[in-house]
Amino acid sequence: MYHSLKDLLQQSLDKEVLISEIVLDNEMEQFGYSKEKIYEKLEERYAVMKRAASKALHESLPTAGNLITGIAMQQNAYTEAGVTLCGDFMNTAMAMALSGSEVNASMGRICAAPTAGACGIVPAVLFSIEKAKKLPKEAMLNALLTTSGIGTVIMKNATVAGAEGGCQAECGVAAAMAAAAGVELCGGTPEQSIWAACLALVNCMGLVCDPIAGLVQVPCAQRNASQTVNALTCIDLAMAGMKLPVTPDEVVESMYKVGRMLPPQLRETAQGGIAATQSAQEITKKIFS
Amino acid sequence: MEISIFEAVGPIMVGPSSSHTAGAARLGRMAAKLVEGPFTHVDFGLHGSFAKTYQGHGTDLALVAGVLGFRQDDERLRDAFSLAKERGITYTFYETEIGGAHENTVCMSFSMTDGSTREIIGSSIGGGQIKICSIDGFPLEMSLNMTTLIIMHKDAKGVIYQITRALAANDINIATMKLNRQEKGALACCVIETDSDIPDAVVEELKMIEAVYSVKEIN
Repeated sequence: MYHSLKDLLQQSLDKEVLISEIVLDNEMEQFGYSKEKIYEKLEERYAVMKRAASKALHESLPTAGNLITGIAMQQNAYTEAGVTLCGDFMNTAMAMALSGSEVNASMGRICAAPTAGACGIVPAVLFSIEKAKKLPKEAMLNALLTTSGIGTVIMKNATVAGAEGGCQAECGVAAAMAAAAGVELCGGTPEQSIWAACLALVNCMGLVCDPIAGLVQVPCAQRNASQTVNALTCIDLAMAGMKLPVTPDEVVESMYKVGRMLPPQLRETAQGGIAATQSAQEITKKIFS
Repeated sequence: MEISIFEAVGPIMVGPSSSHTAGAARLGRMAAKLVEGPFTHVDFGLHGSFAKTYQGHGTDLALVAGVLGFRQDDERLRDAFSLAKERGITYTFYETEIGGAHENTVCMSFSMTDGSTREIIGSSIGGGQIKICSIDGFPLEMSLNMTTLIIMHKDAKGVIYQITRALAANDINIATMKLNRQEKGALACCVIETDSDIPDAVVEELKMIEAVYSVKEIN
């Protein structure tokens, strides 16, 4: 059993295994699932993620008020035109994240990771690496184990609800989960995985949740794209050896404390941030009139 | 408390919000299970963020779909209002303040066909996870992630002993247990989470205990 990032890392080091293996053993032990059952459930999630990350790349989906309808297709077309600044890798990743968000907003089937509002990030990060490194599905399912291991530790010690901790607790945590797993897929150490997760959290600490008209569309979709980029850069930072002069669990605790310090207006109530602007108010009136 | 990895990566659900859509659908479904028996109308009192943003996140659709028994990953969720109409079930939504409650809290009052009213208060606490906070005004706390027994009984000596003895005799391990009472010698509620399902015969056995008023099992 592990209750902190320190536990998770220590157990990986003691047993000389990857974080994914610690997470798998713990799940079997704590919940009595067989290894086959766990992989079966992971595969189901992998399939739902795969579909959501690609569904909106070639068709635009109806969303309430159509605030983000067609954004994934637009990003994908731009990428395919071959004129991007950040290259195919980064732009395809962003397009996949936007697709996940668009499917979610259209009341389609998605896999929350850790929440629905942040559902585009983990798939976009992991599938980008899968494609770049031509990884087998088994490696991807193990990456989902690491992803969820980080997620459960944060759920135990902080929060993943935007209403409680702001966007940093949803998209920020998704980036942290994805970054840790991404390091594992890139051949990094458990320690580098943990630091990648922490760097992702630190990079967006304080990010508020200010959805226009209370809809999980703007700026949620845009932040799915930007937090995907956050996770990818943190993987490279951690792989290069970047650490922080505080402990990993202090980072999680800080994220939680910052979340609690945010006024309710900036925690999913659509009463602050860009949700409180004149334009946003007009959009709200138009959609709900 | 241990959290499954499938709560961090999961649930598989219909969007757009795990706390406002999936959690709401689950709250509705679990509340309908708890009140047991047919109902004709539900009043949904929305507190906090639920009150502010319920239309945008489809919380209203999700709650109605939930009380109709639909799961959070069912794409028919978006048709909840017409499905309710087909089944002759009506509903209303109103904004309310529930002291000390989580931001995403709903008070569901069911008008049962037998004329009685049942009330369940619950919160959606993130990632599709829920917490039931009270049943008919009796405060308690349960997540309903595991097999759960809700036993209403008289606060008296030896009741818990009889309950746990019956479970042990049937080879059922208790994972967690919470006990609350209104006051000494009055109504008490025991919430037990177990590692395995409870056979019907065991539920009946628990109902036979003298000071036990009701036993409800949720899988």
